[in-house]
Amino acid sequence: MPSIIRIQDVSKSYTRDSFEIPVLNNITLNIEEGEFLALMGPSGSGKTTLLNLIAGIDKPDSGKVIIADTEISALNESALAKWRANNVGFIFQFYNLIPVLTAYENVELPLLLTHLNKAERRKHVETALEIVGLKDRMAHYPKQLSGGQEQRVAIARAIVTDPLIIVGDEPTGDLDKNSAEEILTLMERLNKEFKKTVLIVTHDPHAADRAHRTRYIDKGDLVEAL
Amino acid sequence: MKVFKLIFKNSLRHKLRTFLTILGISIAVVAFGILRTVVTAWHAGVDASAANRLITRQAVSFIFPLPYTYREKIANIPGVDQVTFANWFQGVYIDKNQFFPRLAVEAETFIDVYPEYLVSKNELNTFKKERNSCIVGADIAKQYNLKIGDLMTIEGDIYPGDWQFIIRGIYKPRDKTTDGTGMFFHWNYLNEKLEKDSPARAGDVGWYIIRISNPEKSAEISNEIDALFKNSNAETKTETERAFQQGFLASTSAIITAMNFMSFVIIGIIMLVLGNTMIMAARERTREYAVMKTLGFSAKHLVGLILGESVFISMLGGGVGLFLLFPVVEGFAQVIPKNFFPIFNLEPITVILAVSSALLIGIVSSIFPIQRALRTKIVDGFRFVG
Ligand SMILES: Nc1ncnc2c1ncn2[C@@H]1O[C@H](COP(=O)(O)OP(=O)(O)OP(=O)(O)O)[C@@H](O)[C@H]1O
Ligand SMILES: [Mg+2]
Repeated sequence: MPSIIRIQDVSKSYTRDSFEIPVLNNITLNIEEGEFLALMGPSGSGKTTLLNLIAGIDKPDSGKVIIADTEISALNESALAKWRANNVGFIFQFYNLIPVLTAYENVELPLLLTHLNKAERRKHVETALEIVGLKDRMAHYPKQLSGGQEQRVAIARAIVTDPLIIVGDEPTGDLDKNSAEEILTLMERLNKEFKKTVLIVTHDPHAADRAHRTRYIDKGDLVEAL
Repeated sequence: MKVFKLIFKNSLRHKLRTFLTILGISIAVVAFGILRTVVTAWHAGVDASAANRLITRQAVSFIFPLPYTYREKIANIPGVDQVTFANWFQGVYIDKNQFFPRLAVEAETFIDVYPEYLVSKNELNTFKKERNSCIVGADIAKQYNLKIGDLMTIEGDIYPGDWQFIIRGIYKPRDKTTDGTGMFFHWNYLNEKLEKDSPARAGDVGWYIIRISNPEKSAEISNEIDALFKNSNAETKTETERAFQQGFLASTSAIITAMNFMSFVIIGIIMLVLGNTMIMAARERTREYAVMKTLGFSAKHLVGLILGESVFISMLGGGVGLFLLFPVVEGFAQVIPKNFFPIFNLEPITVILAVSSALLIGIVSSIFPIQRALRTKIVDGFRFVG
């Protein structure tokens, strides 16, 4: 079976105060469809940068990122935006919900870009909130929810469009142990039950334990172990 | 949920800030509206002047008189329909603060040349017959509670002495642009007194008003009149009433120009105020815009969101301002002396200008925040710490 995510010889550097900082050095990595992969590594090693390239919110300086036959590293800005809307569910460390929107409206947000009508959107939103166990909190605003609940709403928002891959950048990084467990169980379920390809960046070895496979990044290089 | 709802919710995020911004915009719209109303009222006054009337005055200055003997010579020029004349009498009525034009006029012809002053035939005839009678405007009659037959006592200043006039007519302004605050009496009455008391000043006329049959000939006839008195010791300057009005109000005109300018300065200032609000808002939402972009929202969505909020706030401010503007202008109209601005109305053009200014404020204020939101790359948006 071909890999769903193919990263070929990807390099990326950032320029700060006219200094060029190399962040990723010739990374090559394949991820299979239905895989649950954890990325670990020290702070500043380039984990987020790699995740962003896979999620199509940044572009490599060289090399290719191919996801399910689409070379996303070659797409232009607007094509990439469309591609993200259809293919990626993103979960952030700090949830990043829109504070003026209710849980329901936050989850509905990505669906506004689809052709679904109001009733169809409602069905999708309710299903997604049901999966994360927050259907009874639909009308709540983010500030009325706990951190764990906020992250579950964010997960509902990530899955509501039924994306191909789900990426999480330290999705449990800001949560207590119990909430973190809940979130990891949920992500495991998305992987097993809904057959999603899941990719998370984490500092937490317990979190990495849930994954099928863990890869390490050190100073921009992919390594087998630290 | 639609984008509209998000715009609405976004604008209510900082209720106090939004409220103050809306208040600022509405005050600006009120100020703008008042200034514009003054400007249009002034222009309306100039526009009200008839195109078929010429004014002949002393060439050196309006304050020097012309000989009465010119009347006949002007009347003989072809194309001249009717000639009348007036003297600026002024005087003090009740006290120095009561300002309205008081003129000594040629009783026989004055109303002929000024058909916009509507006087009944009866009243006009009685006025023409009684040498010490006068006609006052309806606004003056109302303001000072004057009736036909009442006595008006005026203390002379340019022409010293105690002057008494019996009101024999009250004229109504024909239309809104007509001044309803005039007072006219017989030049003959004035002249007779001068012949007795100071004969050197007798036989003089302030200015001539000439009605011509063809307004297109105004330049030609004006030149003819002035040529007639060239090299005399009272040369004349003849121009259309409109040009005369503008010249007479030259000093006012400078103020009007300043007001005109100020009205747009206000718009500029309020643009900066809303612009500042919008920039602050967009800055605080840097992360949210990054989230929305990540979810697949494109430039046009963000433009709609930011522009929508900016226009929403500016139109709300504009609406409130307009709502307040009507009673405010109404109030101004009550206190402003009528003879300064015979018509002081909120013109449709002012309303249109105010609304389009509010719209413009909304659009312009969103330019920088939109530019910023679009330029910020997603990864930088997430790393941004406000
Ligand atoms: N948008 C950017 N502009 C400039 N420099 C950046 C940018 N993003 C990342 N960097 C730099 O690239 C390097 C790698 O950053 P990255 O966020 O990928 O690290 P990380 O492994 O996710 O670290 P952490 O565990 O702290 O999140 C860091 O030195 C960081 O300062
Ligand atoms: Mg990181």
